Formats: sequence, C-alpha cells, structure tokens
Amino acid sequence: MRRELLDVVRVDEVGPYRLLRLKRGRLESGAPGQFFMLSPPGRLLPRPMSLSLATRTELGFLIDPVGPGTKALTTLVRGERLHVLGPLGNGFRLDVARPLLVGGGIGLAPFPYLSERLGRPPAVLGFRSQEHAEAAALVPNAEVVVEPRLVTEALRPGHDVLACGPEPMLRAVAELDPGAQLAWEAPMACGYGACYGCAVEIGGELKRLCVEGPVLERAA
Amino acid sequence: MILNASGCLDALTAPEVAHTLDVFVTKTVTPLPREGNQPVRIAETDFGMLNSIGLANPGIDRFVADTLPRLLDLGVSVWVSVGGFAAHEYAEICARLDHEPIAAIELNVSCPNVSSPEEEVEQIVAAARAATTKTLYAKLSPSVPDVGAAAVAAARAGADGLTLVNTIRGLALDELTLEPKLGPGVGGLSGPALRPIALAAVFAAYRATGLPIVGVGGVETGAHGLELIAAGASAFALGTVLFADPEAPVRVREELEREASARGFATPLAAYAAAHGGPPPTPLRRVA
Repeated sequence: MRRELLDVVRVDEVGPYRLLRLKRGRLESGAPGQFFMLSPPGRLLPRPMSLSLATRTELGFLIDPVGPGTKALTTLVRGERLHVLGPLGNGFRLDVARPLLVGGGIGLAPFPYLSERLGRPPAVLGFRSQEHAEAAALVPNAEVVVEPRLVTEALRPGHDVLACGPEPMLRAVAELDPGAQLAWEAPMACGYGACYGCAVEIGGELKRLCVEGPVLERAA
Repeated sequence: MILNASGCLDALTAPEVAHTLDVFVTKTVTPLPREGNQPVRIAETDFGMLNSIGLANPGIDRFVADTLPRLLDLGVSVWVSVGGFAAHEYAEICARLDHEPIAAIELNVSCPNVSSPEEEVEQIVAAARAATTKTLYAKLSPSVPDVGAAAVAAARAGADGLTLVNTIRGLALDELTLEPKLGPGVGGLSGPALRPIALAAVFAAYRATGLPIVGVGGVETGAHGLELIAAGASAFALGTVLFADPEAPVRVREELEREASARGFATPLAAYAAAHGGPPPTPLRRVA
C-alpha cells in the first residue's frame, strides 16, 4: 500500500465514460482486479477505481462520471495532480486454462489490463446503449451485447469466467457458473479495512470487500 | 499524544498506520457479536461523511480470545472502546478487561435517553468504575443540552478522562430518488462539519471538570489539533481523515510541532488550555 501525488497526463473520452490517464510515479500496477483510491480535488473521501491500463509510464482508470467525485476526477486537466493510494485488495486469479471475460457497463474497467495479462482472451461485454458500447473498443476480442440482450445469453460453456459488472449481472453469472471469479463493488471510504463501510454478506457473514475482495470466488 | 478515533482504523489490517499513532483505540466491543447494519453504510456529504456501521464487532469473548492478543503482539498501546445497551453490560466488559495489559478503557456512552443524559452517563461510568481499576475515559455525545453537565456527571462517577466528541446524527438523500443514501436511513456525521462542535464541547468540558480530554472531531491538520489542545484537550484523535489519508498521523504530528513553534509555544502541549486564559480549574474527583 503506497500513496503518491500523481500528475494528470490527460482525460480521454470513451463514449459516455472517461479514461483518466496519470503519470505512474513509483506505484505498482498490482494484479488486474485490484483497485486504487483516487482523491478527487475538493472532496472529502477518495473513490475506489480498478486499474484499466498500465504502461511503463502511465496508469489509466476508466470512470463513469455519475456523481460529484467521479465528475471531479474526469474534469482534471494536464498538469493537475491528485493523491492515489494502492494497489489494494485481491485481484483476479490468473492461473486459468480457458478464460472468458464477462462485463457489464463500467464493469469492463479492469478488463483492458486483465486481457493483456491473460493474452487477449475472448470477452462478452454488455451495455445499456450503443453509445456506452463504444467502450468495448478498449477490450480485444470482445463480443458486444446491447440491452435488451443480456451477457448471460451469450455465455458459452467450458470457460473459466472472470466477471465484473452490476450486482444483478454478477448474481446471474454465478447462477450459471458457480466457479466464476466475480469482482464486486461497494461504497467505501478508505479502501484499506479501516471504515467497515464496504461490508457485504459472504457465506452468511458480513465481510469487508476491500480486504476480502473485491474479487471473490463465490457469490456474495 | 495522537490517537485514532474508535472505529476509524483496524490495526490488524493496517499495522503500519497504527504504529504511527501513540495509542490505538479499538472499534467498540459489545457483550455479544454484532454483524452491524445492512449496506449502504457510508455516504459523503458536503462537509463531512455519514456512517451507519452499527457497532459491528466480534463480541467480548472472541475479542479477548482472538483480537486482543494479536493487537498486543503489534506492540502498540491499546485502548479498548466499550459499548453496551445498559450500564451492567459496560460493567461486564470492563470486568473482563480488568486484567488485560491494555492502557485504558474508553466507554462509548451514546446517551440514547436524551431527556436525562447526565443520569445515563453517571450510571454507566459508575458501573464501569466499580468493575475495573483501569484508566477510564468516557466518550460523550455532543448532542446534549449541556456537554459541561454531562462531563461533570462522568467525572463525579469516577471517569479519569473524557473523549469529546462522538458523531452527531445526520441524513443524506440521493439526489435523484430523494431516498436516504444509507441503508438504515440516518447515520453519524463526522469530518470537518464536526470541528467547531468538538472545539465547543472540549472547551466546556475542560472548564467544567479540568479532567484530561481527548479531543476528536474533524481534525485534518496540525493546526486543528493545536486548537483542540488550546480549548482544553491534552491529546487528540484522528478519525475521518484517516480514511482519505493513512499517512495523516505522520503529517499532522509534523504540522503540530511547526504550528506550535510558530506561535511561540516550546511544545504543542504548552498551548494547553490557552483559549481559556487565567488559572486552570481544579480537577473534579469522584464523590465518595
């Protein structure tokens, strides 16, 4: 766990989403599915974001600007700086034979980095509109599904599923494939086990997603 | 002396942060295990944050058998925050902790009976005092008509010190649906919004009791800590700021030294009660 003040390189438009690109500093990129806490200027609490892209010099975060924190993050400009803490939590297990990435909406955020680490495996990405589906361009070998079609209709048997997306999608995926690795999301204030804000029910017990997850091997 | 506010740090998952504090204060321990409240449990507001964690904790049995030994292994000074729903529950936990090598017990006195908060405080502190010889701090709510009177009640019942303040009740609504953002509806407000409230409570409690006080509420910088010391705190705790910045204890400590020195104080504690002027009050002691 390391916290650094990173420089903004630029913010790219990806359909309705934004890709925040930062100079990497001395931060490790961690395992795909791990996350970082990004401190938006003018807000009290940092926001958890999984890493989308890692190069030798940059870290990239795909963000859906829906609230005051994510809007502040996606309107940063070159030369501005922000505090970044990470990498945090547990990422995807990469020792899988036939990986299939399954994503819903902004849940594709960790997939560009995950896809690269897994050798560009096939992916199924679901979106609520054609405009949102523009983000599929960030993930190689992706089949795009737009509502009312759902990703679960496009799942193929015989794969090791690694999924990230809204809770109903994760639950539906887990129903079809109990062995799937699922990346969950919850509001969290700290990202390192201090606030107990991100508790989710796992196996009948409330556990902190930032410490136990966000990637879990069983349905939460 | 810099502590963490109870519930704002887990020393077992972030020992490197705990080691930058002078004292680690545990999450509140209750007689029985508590899962805590259903999500959503936290929300940011304009000038603070709301939480509704619901005193999630393993209960005193598992705490003493499992959590506490691991905390003590870290080599940090430990204060245990104790909670309950009746005075005898506080006493029961204090008795269990009496022979443990902890530095102090902090009573999380929540005062649900706001019609007579002083009586509630007195009953809880007196029951705890009878159950342990450990140093006892009473953590009081600022949501009472007279914080000074609650502080006096705690002092008379045998508290060695006071922790001021706990969170105050707040509500945040979703901008679009206008429904409460937190699962349980309301929550405890912390962060910068609490700062002037904490200062006023410390100021009043110092004047009323002269007891040692841990100031808590919205401290983000060394200057904020120095203000609490000037108001009558002999130590202060970091809460919400730890969520945003786990390195805050190191930064705040450096700032505190600088801010004290810039105002001509040889040490930060030389500013103790500077806001009051005149001679210090005579500390209140328990009525035999």
